[in-house]
Amino acid sequence: MCDQTFLAATFGPCDNCSANRPLMNIYLKNEPINYCSLCVELMACQGLAPGETLASLKTESENLKVKLEEERAKLHDVELHQVAEKVEALGQFVMKTRRTLKGHGNKVLCTDWCRDKRRIVSSSQDGKVIVWDAYTTNKEHAVTMPCTWVMACAYAPSGCAIACGGLDNKCSVYPLSLDKNENLAAKKKSVAMHTNYLSACSFTNSDMQILTSSGDGTCALWDVESGQLLQSFHGHTADVLTLDLGPSETSNIFISGGCDKKANVWDMRSGQNIQSFETHDSDINAVKFYPSGDAFASGSDDATCRLFDLRADREVAIYSKESIIFGASSVDFSLSGRLLFAGYNDYTINVWDVLKGTRVAILFGHENRVSTVRVSPDGTAFCSGSWDNTLRIWA
Amino acid sequence: MSSKLQSSNNIAQARRTVQQLKLEANIERIKVSKASADLMNYCGEHAKYDPLLMGIPASENPFKDKKPCTIL
Repeated sequence: MCDQTFLAATFGPCDNCSANRPLMNIYLKNEPINYCSLCVELMACQGLAPGETLASLKTESENLKVKLEEERAKLHDVELHQVAEKVEALGQFVMKTRRTLKGHGNKVLCTDWCRDKRRIVSSSQDGKVIVWDAYTTNKEHAVTMPCTWVMACAYAPSGCAIACGGLDNKCSVYPLSLDKNENLAAKKKSVAMHTNYLSACSFTNSDMQILTSSGDGTCALWDVESGQLLQSFHGHTADVLTLDLGPSETSNIFISGGCDKKANVWDMRSGQNIQSFETHDSDINAVKFYPSGDAFASGSDDATCRLFDLRADREVAIYSKESIIFGASSVDFSLSGRLLFAGYNDYTINVWDVLKGTRVAILFGHENRVSTVRVSPDGTAFCSGSWDNTLRIWA
Repeated sequence: MSSKLQSSNNIAQARRTVQQLKLEANIERIKVSKASADLMNYCGEHAKYDPLLMGIPASENPFKDKKPCTIL
């Protein structure tokens, strides 16, 4: 989606050999270390067992990958759509645009619902972040960010704050006040600092912590009040484009998807990458947990959406058609998990039957790419945002 | 578009990959048939609470237009 990603290189004295060289910013046990590349290699070689070389490590990793696939294949006894044959087929769906929210001056990039089921926050390429009342289509708050391409926005669980960020490499939190004349920009709090654009952000169960993902290939968990980095997550080898938190309040995992075609499952407390899925053929633009928390769906530039089960550790369904050739930019489940709403770059929204793998409806209306699709917290409607500068509420 | 942040030709990266793969190969997995059955059960149990699936009457959906009322 973005044109260019560049490595932010620092230059200076190495912590180890004190020579002035380009430094590699690496993390050891979550502590940032600035070593030059020569010292990093020496350090890595010191821990090697006798006989271990780069070549032997590479063959070992290839063997492990093959073993991983074999283990996964052993449990692949049946396909999801075969098991779902006994489920009743869904009838015809009639979903129409019930509200159109106009007001953004440029492409809408991200939206999020408030837990009160009626407010929506949306962010746009023009740098504006707007809070709407979806029932009346009124704009309640508007903030102008100092950067363009605000790619991420999120509503706090309490409904009292919003977080947003984009090309400024930061995630900022704005507390919302009931006073309409309040200058929101004055109360802004910068929470996250990345070395590349912010692609997604989400509050955890409370207003106190934010999870962010960035074009610098990392995800990070921050404390809102102090701005401190609580945990960082390294493992992606390219930009991370999307993340989603586990749906239950006790789950400590989240998923992320990126330009390295991988979807990773992380443990929030330890920073450990628990599982990784690499079956997509192109960038993963969106990931979303299934409502039970045992599976997740992903949408990708390879024009498919896929369902991955965490306990079976494999992909269990693909949602694709030969006629769909444009990438999916955003996915979300209905409340029961039976329907998957996916927004595509061909201006349409496709509704898929999750269990049977068939498409049940195709929704037209937007005049440009659909960039974001979100189902409301009570499941009565879903909201789509598009590059045609509008948001639509469908029910 | 994708850009690799580090080349895969250095030892530190290779060792990390091997360690990560070892962890992933050893996790507990269940059969796809069981996982699918669980997904189906979840859908079945929650289907009746899903407004977009079942459709709710226009009077209860704040987004759908209500029929105009006549004042007698």
